[in-house]
Amino acid sequence: MDAIFIQLLNGLDKGGAYALIALGLTLVFGTLGVVNFAHGALFMLGAFCAVAMHQLLNISEKVKDESITFFEAFKEQPYLEIWFGDTGTAILDYAVPISILLAIPVMLVIGLVMERGLIRHFYRRSHAEQILVTFGLAIVLQEVIKVLFGANPLPMSAPEIVSGSAPVGSWVGLGSGLVYPWWRLIYLLFSLVVIGGVFAFLRFTTYGMVVRAGMYDRETVGLLGINIERRFTIVFGLAAVVAGLAGVMYTPIVPPDYHLGMEFLVLSFVVVVVGGMGSLPGAVLAGFLLGVLQSFASMNEVTQLFPGIDQIIIYLVAVVVLLVRPRGLLGRKGLMET
Amino acid sequence: MKLVDNKTSRRTLLKSGTALAAASIAAPSLFVRKAGAAVTVVNDPGDSPTVTFGFNVPQTGAYADEGADELRAYQLAVKHINGEGDGGMLNTMSPKSLTGAGILGKKVEYVTGDTQTKSDAARASAKRMIEKDGAIMISGGSSSGVAVAVQSLAQEMGVIFMCGLTHSNDTTGKDKRRYGFRHFFNAYMSGEALAPVLAEEYGKDRKAYHLTADYTWGWTQEESIKNATEALGWETVEAVRTPLGAGDFSQYLTPVLNSGADVLILNHYGKDMVNSLTQAVQFGMRDMQVNGKQFEIVVPLFSRLMAQGAGDAIKGILGTTNWHWSLTDAGSQAFVKSFGQEYGFPPSQAAHTCYVQALLYANACEQAGTFYPPDVIRALEGFEFDGMGNGPTLYRAADHQCFKDVLVVRGKENPTSQFDLLEIVQIVPRAQVEYDPAIFGGELGPYEV
Repeated sequence: MDAIFIQLLNGLDKGGAYALIALGLTLVFGTLGVVNFAHGALFMLGAFCAVAMHQLLNISEKVKDESITFFEAFKEQPYLEIWFGDTGTAILDYAVPISILLAIPVMLVIGLVMERGLIRHFYRRSHAEQILVTFGLAIVLQEVIKVLFGANPLPMSAPEIVSGSAPVGSWVGLGSGLVYPWWRLIYLLFSLVVIGGVFAFLRFTTYGMVVRAGMYDRETVGLLGINIERRFTIVFGLAAVVAGLAGVMYTPIVPPDYHLGMEFLVLSFVVVVVGGMGSLPGAVLAGFLLGVLQSFASMNEVTQLFPGIDQIIIYLVAVVVLLVRPRGLLGRKGLMET
Repeated sequence: MKLVDNKTSRRTLLKSGTALAAASIAAPSLFVRKAGAAVTVVNDPGDSPTVTFGFNVPQTGAYADEGADELRAYQLAVKHINGEGDGGMLNTMSPKSLTGAGILGKKVEYVTGDTQTKSDAARASAKRMIEKDGAIMISGGSSSGVAVAVQSLAQEMGVIFMCGLTHSNDTTGKDKRRYGFRHFFNAYMSGEALAPVLAEEYGKDRKAYHLTADYTWGWTQEESIKNATEALGWETVEAVRTPLGAGDFSQYLTPVLNSGADVLILNHYGKDMVNSLTQAVQFGMRDMQVNGKQFEIVVPLFSRLMAQGAGDAIKGILGTTNWHWSLTDAGSQAFVKSFGQEYGFPPSQAAHTCYVQALLYANACEQAGTFYPPDVIRALEGFEFDGMGNGPTLYRAADHQCFKDVLVVRGKENPTSQFDLLEIVQIVPRAQVEYDPAIFGGELGPYEV
């Protein structure tokens, strides 16, 4: 029971990340009809917003280690600590959450520039061409990050207060030894809040209503005198912000490197296909579903019965869905079925 | 503009083709027969005043920073072989045939290739350096998969391959080749060196859970560490294979919590190690008590360069390393001084092994008095040397594996600088990590190919 509970929690936590990335991807596909292979790179850029903020806050006074004469070795102390003492230390401790303040405007600008500068020229081109150009863009972005930050992963830590594990076992009446990292629980909560926020925005605001109408029938909305193109540009920016925030919050879980986006790219496309191309609830549902399935498939009891199943389960589900229900779990009827 | 001139007749084309064919026959051949013997020397420099080395390192991909460090070391080695700079380990190496005037009077030049840490890409770039750039020797790499693949190509092409960073037992075990040589230590040695320290620090009654990278290096390390720890009385609860580059290892870490294990052994390297270690610490595994004992995490193969990515998570973690810049022997000091003054920071263990490999190959050619590979191989086989950073070292003839002292290290609690990440716990003497070459099988193959 303990094992099943912890794997379920782990699956939901993984699913949160999958759902967040797939949500942005679906948003772009549903509104602009663009298959954006650079979406993973946006996730990675978000993570590097956190790295940049961390490096900015940690600008340090360098005290030379006199015992080493062959090269420059330093013990570093951040100026924030020197100038503001404990307050400075606390600011450094909260570098990741603080990075959100940087990531939102930066990712919005990146999203808008990307859409205006490149993506919009490919609206009427084939999906294959869209994939080629956005994939190329993703490679360019990751190489730029590699030049700026190097190829090695960079450590980022969660605030001290949530760096340990939560006694989740005792919360639900299971063994007191059952723990789960606080930050992963926060990530799960954060993903639910962001997903809820995006849905509320689309559902309860006039802006969102127009966007939804545009997704359904672009031409008619245009005929009503609404500049739907501009709204879609903003939606692209919104998708970039969602991906970026997912990246920022992910940094204490996996130390980011330039390749982080590519690791999620294929996976997030599978999530979108399983959920149903263009379906936002589908993307969220499939994200959580595949996260949970992947987690359960990694249990030793399962891998002993089906060796290697943990590595293929997601793709296996994708194959079955494509064979049995090509439009995906919640896809619009007729989509990809003709 | 026409791309094809209609006036060009078939006859003209034929003539040009014949002329090209004749020219290619007259040009210097890739394979040169050694005078008086029915054998070949690939890319023999002949009367040329230079000889070319091929450095095959990861320049792109996850190990690009490690590859860059290897390349720095090779450039330094070439400088020192050619008599430039302060000479580095050439001042401490013994016995030594090199004089600091190149090899056999020829100045060393080099070309580089990108392995991308992929076997096929590494083979392709090695092949290119041999066939197009005239490399007489290939060296480098940061993965056992790459080392095994390139080594086998080296045997096929008759070009010596001096392995870079490769730790799998297979490299000088079942996949060993006559034309491949490894200076770096291996998984077996890590196990033999580490196990007694583990027993001393954590006791003999322990239950271990392995997470293992699912490829040649991971398998052999898991086997070696299992054998060494079980011989001391430890029990292996579970050994789980994880895909290379998994990123998030949480689904493999959660089962550890309920397994009854009180030690987690991470047979991961580089980025995988950074991720799995960071995440294991997040799961509270450094703070847990299991079976009445403190839960411990062990990383059998450490890399300082990559460990930086794990930040505070490496503090207090035990592992092994081939070499560390803080060693105080004359050879290490000479190398750290040269490297530090040239680049402004200390060399990694990957840089050290690559630097030493380049020097050893050059020295063997000088000693043999020829670039003819079988003679160079014989000069390297059974070569005993000192002053290169790990105490007296033997290049064993039976499997082309170097035998030398092994370092057991621990992540430092209070670093004094940004490079001060590991502290040396014990220098395990060479005798403790030696073994019978027959245990890993494999055939070296012929001298002449």
